Amino acid sequence: MKEATAATKTAKDSKSSPKQNLEVDQAQVTVGNRFCENPKMSMRDVNVFYGDKQAIYDVSVDIAKNEVIAMIGPSGCGKSTFLRSLNRMNDTVDGCKVEGEVLLDGDNIYHKNLDVVELRARVGMVFQKPNPFPKSIFENIAYGPKIHGLADSRVDLDEIVEGSLKKAGLWEEVKERLHQPGTGLSGGQQQRLCIARAIAVSPEVILMDEPCSALDPIATARIEELIEELSQNFTIAIVTHSMQQAARVSNRTAYFHLGKLIEVNPTEQVFTMPEHQLTEAYITGRFG
Amino acid sequence: MDSSNLFLLMLALGAVAFYIGRGRSLAIATPLGGIRHLHSLPNYYGLNALLWCALPSLIILVLWLIFDEPVINGIVMGSLPADLAPLTTADYNLLLNKISNLADGIMSSKGQPASLIAVADSMAGLRVISQWVLTALCLILATIGLYWGWYKIAPDFRARQSVEKVMENLLLGCACLAIFTTVGIVFSVLFESIQFFRSVPFFDFVFGLDWSPQTAIREDQVGSSGSFGAVPLFVGTLLISAVAMFVAVPIGLMSAIYLAEYSGKTVRTYAKPALEVLAGVPTVVYGFFAALTVAPFLRDLGADFGLTISSESALAAGLVMGVMIIPFISSLADDVITAVPQSMRDGSLAMGATHSETVRRVVIPAALPGIVAGIMLAISRAIGETMIVVMAAGLAAKLTANPLESVTTVTVQIVTLLTGDQEFDSPKTLAAFALGLMLFTVTLLLNIFALHIVKKYREQYE
Repeated sequence: MKEATAATKTAKDSKSSPKQNLEVDQAQVTVGNRFCENPKMSMRDVNVFYGDKQAIYDVSVDIAKNEVIAMIGPSGCGKSTFLRSLNRMNDTVDGCKVEGEVLLDGDNIYHKNLDVVELRARVGMVFQKPNPFPKSIFENIAYGPKIHGLADSRVDLDEIVEGSLKKAGLWEEVKERLHQPGTGLSGGQQQRLCIARAIAVSPEVILMDEPCSALDPIATARIEELIEELSQNFTIAIVTHSMQQAARVSNRTAYFHLGKLIEVNPTEQVFTMPEHQLTEAYITGRFG
Repeated sequence: MDSSNLFLLMLALGAVAFYIGRGRSLAIATPLGGIRHLHSLPNYYGLNALLWCALPSLIILVLWLIFDEPVINGIVMGSLPADLAPLTTADYNLLLNKISNLADGIMSSKGQPASLIAVADSMAGLRVISQWVLTALCLILATIGLYWGWYKIAPDFRARQSVEKVMENLLLGCACLAIFTTVGIVFSVLFESIQFFRSVPFFDFVFGLDWSPQTAIREDQVGSSGSFGAVPLFVGTLLISAVAMFVAVPIGLMSAIYLAEYSGKTVRTYAKPALEVLAGVPTVVYGFFAALTVAPFLRDLGADFGLTISSESALAAGLVMGVMIIPFISSLADDVITAVPQSMRDGSLAMGATHSETVRRVVIPAALPGIVAGIMLAISRAIGETMIVVMAAGLAAKLTANPLESVTTVTVQIVTLLTGDQEFDSPKTLAAFALGLMLFTVTLLLNIFALHIVKKYREQYE
């Protein structure tokens, strides 16, 4: 975190021409290293529309296996929309249309033969506000394994629940009260419960949509630690409002602006030597 | 002066008070440099004067109207000469009625004993005096109030707060009125029931298995002494309600799920009100639909399968009642299902659950308390429903669990006990009140249960 703030400071000092052009070029091309070899997911010319309104313009980017990619940008820049198009959660939104290719291990997830149910089991999601089901802690975790038939016996299920809670760092806190309602936990615990719920079906990718924005700093720190641990086994795409958080948890950072992907680079580079003036303007706090 | 004229006069005086109060506040404000130097707007001063002027006298007027007659009656009956003094309550009421009619001049005084006419005259006199005292009292109060409202007007008088306080109390009064009415109904039913339980033991009524309320009116009449076992009625009620819920719960719930989860916006905007129209059909229409269409149809259908279905059956009444109740369940369930946060559905869908899995395993459980509350309200409605059952279920108080037979319900029996020429203090009529009380208790308990669940539901997502 110190590194990041120091970085933003130096960036501010070096380039401080106040009248910078903050408009997005129509022919804007994403700068930086957006592609990689053997990507877990790759997006090509993704456009997302809500009715007549276009929310995402020609985004192409790769997500490597086991990396943590952070998506930052001002409010309304489309980062959440983009994230939700990665496991087709946008399907539930009326009038939402996605164009372009989103490949998971080389298969287009928008192909008409694709099974959305299976896709979402492989690409899990954690939401902005903790949304545990009004069931017991155990049932919350067991929900996914049950619907996907991952457990053959009660013992299997117990194991999955315990393992998931351990991975989410919640086991010690809740092992005595597994059968009490999940809604009775604190906000931070609820969010870790939701993460545990997501990893209970062993997804390959976990999408996180501002997972800490409803949490206090201590709970946030706990989740960030968790993200770091999880990155050993999962590919994680996280949308965040906090630049410090992006700096702390991610390997690469993608900067979105008005529906366009402006820059993708290793996190350190984005926060020390941003390639694009818009990125720089954002991370130095000139708008956002 | 006549009470209604007095009432109008008070209102007129109030209006005058409003303009006087408003005028005075303006008169005070102008030399100070405008109404901004007053604590409240001129209208508030006017309203304050109005309330002071009209409210006390109106309250007195209402109280007077309530207590005027009993007091006069008491005085008159107390002053009766010894030879007229009544012996029984019935005589007392009869005599009072007679005197009252004489006093009003409705009854000709020809042929009445002189002492009675004297009493009637004194009653008429008292009434005139009472009316004059009332008029004077109201006018005096109104004048004092008007003066007080006028006198109080000063730049720093807080007329807004003062008016608001009165308004608050008026609202409270209205709320109390509704509650007192309910309490009044309960007590009136309760007292009549107690009278009933004097002649029929409580446990015979609550646990008795035989219902035939035909009592002999005259000594020499042929007829049973009447037995008042309420069990067959409650069994009949429950049987019909059960049939109704059997129809209404699945259909109502499933249509609610369809409307809330699957239907498009257009379908929903048209289908939901259309479904709710079912609740607006008068029950008597359902009644003859049940009696003339459904019951014969069922009877003929049963005959085809070799079943004997009586032409007045619990089944017919229950089915139609179920249709009537569908909107209660569907509408309430639709509301609670829609109220389940989208984040719950998102959470489930993001786990890879299908839409129907999400509905079954997350949405319905989350909405369950609300749905149950809706079902409870629907049951209360089914138990209290009368018209359909009167027309389609029959009058025979059979103790049976077979929906193909005709049964009768509590409400139907109340109707039959209280319609027609009745002797009002016989156990037969009083039984209606006891039944009413029991029915009230049952539905009250159900409603409390439902409210309790609704309350629990409200705490769900915190």
